Amino acid sequence: MSDAALVLFLEASVRLGVPLALAALGEAITERSGVINIGLEGSLIAGALGGALASLALGSGEAGVLAGAGAGLVVALVFAAFSVGLGTDQIITGTAITLGGLGFTGAVYQASFGAGGAALTLPTLPALRIPVLADIPWIGTALFAQAPTAYLAYLLAPALWYFLFRTPWGLELRACGEHPDAARAAGVRVLRVRLAATLFGGALAGLAGAHLALAHAGTFAENMSAGRGFIAIAVVALGRWNPMLVLIAALFFGAAAALQFLLQAVGLDLPYQFFLALPYVVTLAALAGRVGRARAPAALALPWPKPS
Amino acid sequence: MPDARRSLARWARSPVVVAAGAVALTAGVAGVLLALGGYDPWAAASAAAVGAFGSPEAVLSITAVRAVPLVLTGLGVTLAFRAGTWNIGAEGQLYAGAVAGVWVGLVGGGLPGWVLVPVLLGAACVGGALWASVPILMKLRLGVSEVITSLLMSFVAINLAAYMVHGPLQEPRGVFPQTAPIAEAARLPALVPGTRLHVGALIALALAAALWWFLRETRFGFQVRAVGASRTAAAVAGRIDADRVMLFAFLTSGALAGLAGGVQVAGVTYALYEGLSPGWGYTAIAVALLAGLHPLGVLVTGLLFGALDAGAAAMQREAAVPAVWATAVQALVILAVLALGRAQRHLRAEVVRV
Repeated sequence: MSDAALVLFLEASVRLGVPLALAALGEAITERSGVINIGLEGSLIAGALGGALASLALGSGEAGVLAGAGAGLVVALVFAAFSVGLGTDQIITGTAITLGGLGFTGAVYQASFGAGGAALTLPTLPALRIPVLADIPWIGTALFAQAPTAYLAYLLAPALWYFLFRTPWGLELRACGEHPDAARAAGVRVLRVRLAATLFGGALAGLAGAHLALAHAGTFAENMSAGRGFIAIAVVALGRWNPMLVLIAALFFGAAAALQFLLQAVGLDLPYQFFLALPYVVTLAALAGRVGRARAPAALALPWPKPS
Repeated sequence: MPDARRSLARWARSPVVVAAGAVALTAGVAGVLLALGGYDPWAAASAAAVGAFGSPEAVLSITAVRAVPLVLTGLGVTLAFRAGTWNIGAEGQLYAGAVAGVWVGLVGGGLPGWVLVPVLLGAACVGGALWASVPILMKLRLGVSEVITSLLMSFVAINLAAYMVHGPLQEPRGVFPQTAPIAEAARLPALVPGTRLHVGALIALALAAALWWFLRETRFGFQVRAVGASRTAAAVAGRIDADRVMLFAFLTSGALAGLAGGVQVAGVTYALYEGLSPGWGYTAIAVALLAGLHPLGVLVTGLLFGALDAGAAAMQREAAVPAVWATAVQALVILAVLALGRAQRHLRAEVVRV
C-alpha cells in the first residue's frame, strides 16, 4: 500500500469522524441531563439544509455553519417542547422528529430547487492548515489540515469534559440525569437544565450537518445524513458519556466509514453496498462487544416529573 | 359521581377521541404549513382526497393496496410496543422479508401455487424475525437498548437488498437493478378481479383479528400486556418470564414486518428492487400509535395512511406539492397523538380528582 493511500485514508477518517464527534458530543451533554434525543438525525439533516441554503444565499461557508447550528437548534426546540415541556415519551417523540426532519427538509429542498433537485455546488468550508502541526508525518494533514469545524470538535471535547466533571453546573446537569427528584430538592431547575442541554445538543448536531454539506460533500442531497444521528447516539454509549472518549470513538467510526478508500486502494474488490453497510455493522459489533459496559445516566429517557 | 361527569371521564379515556383529534390537528397544522410554503391547501387536500377515494378504482387499486403493508407492519409495531419493546426497525425487517420471499419466488418455479405461496410468505416471516433477532438478543443478553440497534439493522438490510438486486439476484440480462419476476405460481391471486387488490388484504385483516384475540383472550397475550405495563411488576408479582415474553413479541413483530415485504413482492411488484418500501416501516409507528396500539384500530389507521400515501402522489401530480410532504405529515400525526394523549391524561386526572 502506498503512503499516499494511507494519508488519504487518515484524512478521510477525520473528515467523516468530525460530524459524528460534534453530534455525539452534544448528545452526550443532552443524555447526561436525562434526555435521549433520537431526533438527532432530524437536527442533523436540518443543519445540512440550513447550512447549504445560507452558504448559497450569503456566499460564505462560515455563515452556512452558523445557520446550520441554528437550524439544528430549532429542530431540537420542537423535540424539547414535547419531551421536556409536555413530558411525552422521548423515544417516540424523537422518532417523529427524525421523520419530520427528513420530510420537511425534503419539502423545502424540492420547493427551492425543483422536484428533481438540482446538483448544487456550494461555497464550501475550506480546510484551515495549522502551521507546524500539519507537517507532522502521517497524522499531520489528517488532523491539522481540516475544516474549522474539526478544530471545534477537538477543543469542545476537553472543554465539555471539564464542564461536566469539574464545575458546579456540570454537577447540576449530571444530577438531573441521575436523580432529578434530588436535583429538584437541591434547588436545580430540572426542566430548564434539560431544555438547555437538549438545545445545545441540537445546535451541535446542526453544526455536524452543516459540516457534512459544506466541508465534506460540497452539496446537499435529501436524506444525506444517512443515519449518522443514530450512529452518533451509539457513539455516546461507546464513549461512556465521557466527552473525551466520545471524541475518540467518533474518530474510530469515521475510520470505519473511510475504510472504503483504503480497501479500494489496496485493490480489494468488494461490492459497493458492502462499504455502505460497513459503518452500521461496525457500530452494531462495537455495541455488542462493548467491554466493561458503562452505566447510562439513571434517569435517561424518563420524563420528569413522572407523568400522572 | 353524577352521570355527566362519568360520561366525561369515559369520553376522556377513549382512544378514538385522541385519534380523531390528532387527525384534525394534523390537518390544520399541515394546512397552515402548506399555505406558508406557498401552496394552496384546499387544492392539495382535494387532489389528495380524489387520488385516494375519488373512484372505486382509486380505493381498491391504490389506497387499499398501499394499506396492506402498512397494516402488517403496523400490527408488528403494535405487538412490540405492547410488550414494552421499541421496535423502530420494521423497515429493515420488511426488506429482509422481501429478500427472503423473492428468493423463494425465483427458485421455486416448479412447485404448485398452494405450496409455493405459503413457503414464500413463511420465508418472508423468517427473514423478518431473523433481522429482529439481532436487536432483541442484544437487548436481552447484552443489555444494549434495542432502539438504536434496530434502526442500524435497517440500514444494513437496505444495503443488503441493494446488493442482491445488483449482484446475486439481479435479472438475467444484468441491465436493471432488480430481480427477474417471480414464478407465476408464487403470486398472490387478485381479491377483486380487475383491480390490483390481492389476497394479502385478507391476510392483513385476518392477522389483525388474530392479534386482537391473542392480546385480549389468551394467557400469553395477557403476559405481553403485563410485561409492557411493567416489566418488574410482571416478573415479581406475576412470576412471568419477562425476557421470554419480550423475545416472542419482538420476533413476531419482525415476522409481521417481514411478511409485509413478502406480501408486497408476491402481491404487487412480483420483483425486488431498491426503494421497494417508501418507508412503510417508519410509517408503521404512526399507524400503530394513532390506533392507540389496538390491532383493530390498526386496520383503520393503516387504511388512512394508505390513503395519505395514495393522496400524496395525486397531490404532487395535480397540485405540485412534493409527495415528501406525506413523511412530514406522519411526523405531525405522531406529535399530535402524543400531545393529545398528555392532554387527555391531564383531563382524566382532573375529572377523577374532583
